[in-house]
Amino acid sequence: MKSPPQKTYDVVVVGGGPAGLAAALGAGDAGAEDILIVDRETEAGGILNQCIHSGFGLHHFKEELTGPEYAERFIQSVLSRQITILTDSYVLNIAPDLHIEVISGDYGHLQVQAKSVVLAMGCRERTRGAIRIPGFRPAGVMTAGLAQKMVNMKGLLPGRRIAILGSGDIGLIMARRLMLEGCEVVGVYELMPFSNGLTRNLVQCLDDFAIPLRLSTTVAFIHGRDRVQRLTMAPIDDQLMPILNQSWQIACDTLLLSIGLIPENELSTRLRLKMDPATGGPQVTSTLETSLPGVFACGNVLHVHDLVDFVTEEALRAGRFAAEVARGRRRPGDNISLQTGENIASCVPHSLSPDREQVIYLRVKRPLKDCVLTIGDRYEKVFRMLIPSEMIRLTLGPEILDRYFGEHLKIEVHPGEVKNG
Amino acid sequence: MYDVIIIGGGIVGCALARELSRYRIRVALLEREVEVGFGTSKTNSGIIHAGHHAHPDTLKGQLEWIGNQMWDDLARDLNFGFSRIGELLLAMQTEDLNHLEELKKQGERKGVTGLEMWSPKRLRQEEPNLSHDILQALHAPTAGVANPYEACFGLIECAQQNGVELFCGQSVLSITREDDGLLIHTSRQQFRGRFILNAAGVFADQVAAMVGADDFKILPRKGEEYMLDRRLQGIVTRLIFPTSTASSKGVLIIPTVDGTIMVGPTAEDVNDREDLSTTFSGADKVFTAVRRYCPAISERDTITEFAGLRAVADSNDFVIGPSPIKGFFNVAGIQSPGLTAAPAIATYVAKMLRGEGLVLDEKTDWQAKIEGPPRFALMSAEERRAAICRDPAFGRVVCRCELVTEAEVLYAIKHGARTLDGIKFRVRAGMGRCQGGFCTSRVLDLLSSTLGVPLTELTKRGRGSELFYPRDDRIAPGGGL
Repeated sequence: MKSPPQKTYDVVVVGGGPAGLAAALGAGDAGAEDILIVDRETEAGGILNQCIHSGFGLHHFKEELTGPEYAERFIQSVLSRQITILTDSYVLNIAPDLHIEVISGDYGHLQVQAKSVVLAMGCRERTRGAIRIPGFRPAGVMTAGLAQKMVNMKGLLPGRRIAILGSGDIGLIMARRLMLEGCEVVGVYELMPFSNGLTRNLVQCLDDFAIPLRLSTTVAFIHGRDRVQRLTMAPIDDQLMPILNQSWQIACDTLLLSIGLIPENELSTRLRLKMDPATGGPQVTSTLETSLPGVFACGNVLHVHDLVDFVTEEALRAGRFAAEVARGRRRPGDNISLQTGENIASCVPHSLSPDREQVIYLRVKRPLKDCVLTIGDRYEKVFRMLIPSEMIRLTLGPEILDRYFGEHLKIEVHPGEVKNG
Repeated sequence: MYDVIIIGGGIVGCALARELSRYRIRVALLEREVEVGFGTSKTNSGIIHAGHHAHPDTLKGQLEWIGNQMWDDLARDLNFGFSRIGELLLAMQTEDLNHLEELKKQGERKGVTGLEMWSPKRLRQEEPNLSHDILQALHAPTAGVANPYEACFGLIECAQQNGVELFCGQSVLSITREDDGLLIHTSRQQFRGRFILNAAGVFADQVAAMVGADDFKILPRKGEEYMLDRRLQGIVTRLIFPTSTASSKGVLIIPTVDGTIMVGPTAEDVNDREDLSTTFSGADKVFTAVRRYCPAISERDTITEFAGLRAVADSNDFVIGPSPIKGFFNVAGIQSPGLTAAPAIATYVAKMLRGEGLVLDEKTDWQAKIEGPPRFALMSAEERRAAICRDPAFGRVVCRCELVTEAEVLYAIKHGARTLDGIKFRVRAGMGRCQGGFCTSRVLDLLSSTLGVPLTELTKRGRGSELFYPRDDRIAPGGGL
C-alpha cells in the first residue's frame, strides 16, 4: 500500500468530474495552497469520459470538443498546478468539523482535515423503479447512461432493437449513437407533452436520423421473462396515468430509460445540510456556500445542468469562494432571500447580497411563449420562448440590489406584455 | 449412486441439503436455475412468522412454531441477518377483534410465547405512524425478518462444505424406476439415487407426475411486493399485518432486515408458472390496503417492485411424505409459513427417511458454521481499517448506494455467484437507490475477469438473460437513412 498523502488541506473537493476539476482550479486561482480531489473512478473526468460525442466547450472554450477532450484540458491544468487527485477513492463521511474519512484502493483508510469542502458528486439517473413500470423484470431494461458507458467504453451493445423512454439529453444522444452502431431505434417516448432535451439534440439526434419522438406516451407493461421481448405502450391522461384501452405493442429487445437525473446528495443529507426539494440539491448562498459554513456545492450535485460549460463556470466560482473561506477571508453574508414564484420550477442560489455580481440559474415549470421574467420590482426581461429543458442563466450587476431594503425577492415569469411601473 | 437426491434449490431444498449433510450419506441437489434461491425463495417476503397463525391441526401449523425457534441458531451459524422485530396484527373493525382473540388462544395452545393485546394507546406509543383508527392489535414478539436468499446461500454453502454436491442449471426432464432406486435425466446428465426428495416448488406436481406420484396439484398464487426508499426507514419498527383473509395474510408492511420498508404481497391465483409480472392493479391493491393502516406510505417512494409465486397445494397444506413410488418423497406445497418452517421441514424429512430405512450416522467432523460473507457497510471504523489493511479490495467501493466493496463481490463469486442477480442478492450491489446504474459495469468486469467469461456471455439470471451484445458488423444500419 502506498504511503498516504498529507493530512490537512485548504480545500478538499469531493468528486473529480467537470465540477470537481473546475472547483479545484478555482480554489487554486484564489490562492488555496493545498487542494485535494477525491474521485471514486480510476480516472478523473466523471461522466465526460463516456460522452464521446461533440458539443462540449462552445461557451467556455469557444470551440466544439468531445467530452473526453473537454475533461482532458481540465485534468492537465489540475496536474500542472500540483493539485492532488486521489482516484479509485471514496469519501465515506464528512464530519461537521470537516474531518473527512476516505477509503482508497491504493492508500487504504485515510483521515484528512479540510478548511473548506466543495461538494461535486454529480448526479445519478432515475430508474425503472422510480416511475413504476409494471411487467416482468428481464435483462434489457437499463438507464441510457449505463448503455452509453457500455457502448462507448466497453464496445458492447445494450441490444439490437431499442426503445427509449424519456427524452432527456442522454436518451437522445444514445438514440443517435445506437443508430450509428447499427441498432434499430424504434422510437423515443416521452411522458410529458413536451421534450426534456435540448432543442439542438432533438434536431441533431432524432430529426436527422428520422427517429420518431412520441409525446404524452409511456410504457405500460414490459414483456419477456429473461430478456425484453416487447412493450405495451399507452397514451397518458391528464393525471399522467396510462389509458390502457388505447394501448399498442412494440417489439424490441431493449428499453433505455432517460427519465431524469437526481443530484447525488447522500453525503449532504448525512451532513444535515438544508436541502431544496425543487432542485434535489443543497440550499446555497450567492457564494455557493451551503447551510454548513465552509461547505460549498457546485455542478449537478447542486442542481442538474444542461451544459457542462455552465457547470465549469459555477464550479470555478465555488472553488474560489471555498479558497477564500479556507484562507480566512469572508465576504459579507447574504441578506436577501430569493424565492421562486409563478411558473418557476427552481432557482439557484437561494439568497443574494447587494455587494456583488449575481449569477442566477433557473428553470421554468412549463413551456412559455412571449413572457416576462421579473425579480421583484428590480429586474425584468422579455423572452420569446422559455422551456423547462433549457436552464436560464442571468448575470446581474450589483446595482440591481442597490438600496433595496426588502428581505426577499421573488422570481416569476408571466406570459404576455411587459408590466409597466 | 446417491443416497439422496434433492430436486429444487429453494429454501426447502437448501435446508434439506444442510440437514442431510450432517450424516454419512451421499447427497446431491439439482437446481434448474443457474443459482440456488432463484425461484420462489428470492421473492419471498422474508418473514419468520411468530408461530400462532397456522392451525395446529395442519402440518404447516405444527412445523411453523418449531421452525420459528430454529432461526436464531441458523442465522448465527450461517452468518446472515435475522432480527426478531415482532409482529402486530391489527384489528380495524369490530368483527376483527374476535379473530385476534382466537389467534391469541391458538398461539398460546401451540406454546407461542409473549402474545399480548395492545390497546390503541399502547399502539400509538410504540408505532406512532400507524393509523389512529386501529381498534386493537395482537403483538407477537417472536416474529422476525431475514433475507430468504441469504438464508439459501448460507444453507447451501454449509451443505457443500460438508460434502453435498450441487448441480445448477439442471432441469429434471424425466424420472424412471430402476431395481435399486430411481434414475433422473436432466437437461445435461443423469443421476441415480435411492431416495428422491421433490422440493421443486411451483413445479413440484409436474416433477411428481414424472413418476406418477402426483396425487396433488400446485396452484401458483402470485404475490407482488413493492420496495420503498430508505427515506421511510423506521416508519414502523415491527411487521404489520392486517386481519387476514382466506387466501393470504393480507398486505403487510415489512421492515426488512436491511432496514428498508417493503409492502405487499398481493395474492392472486394464476395459471402461468412463469408469471412474475407486476401490474397496475396489484400496485393499486397494495397501496390502497397499506394506506388504511399507515397513511404516510405512498407509491411515490417505490424504488423497485417484483412478484413471486407461492407454491400452494390443492390441499392448502404442506404435502410432505412418501409417495406410492418407492424412494420418491414429496416435500411440496410449501406455501406460507414455508420460510419459517423450512428448517423444521428438514429435520422432519430426515426423521422420515430414517424411518424408511436410510441409515443416518452422524459425521464426527460436521461443520455447522460457515465463515459467511463480509459486510463492509456493517463494520465499525476500526474493523474497516483492519479489513482494508488485510485486503486492499475492501478499499474499492463497487456499489455506492449500499456501500459494497470489491472484496465482497469477489467473495460472492468465489462462493458461487455467476450472474448479476447472484451478486446483487449476495452482496446487495445494485439493490439501492440507483438500482445498478453505477455498479453494473464494475460487477460485470469482476465476474468476467474472475470467471474468465466474456462480458457478452454474462447474464442477469441465467441463459436467455444476456445483458450486452457484441458489436455485430452484419447488422445493416437501422431504418431511416
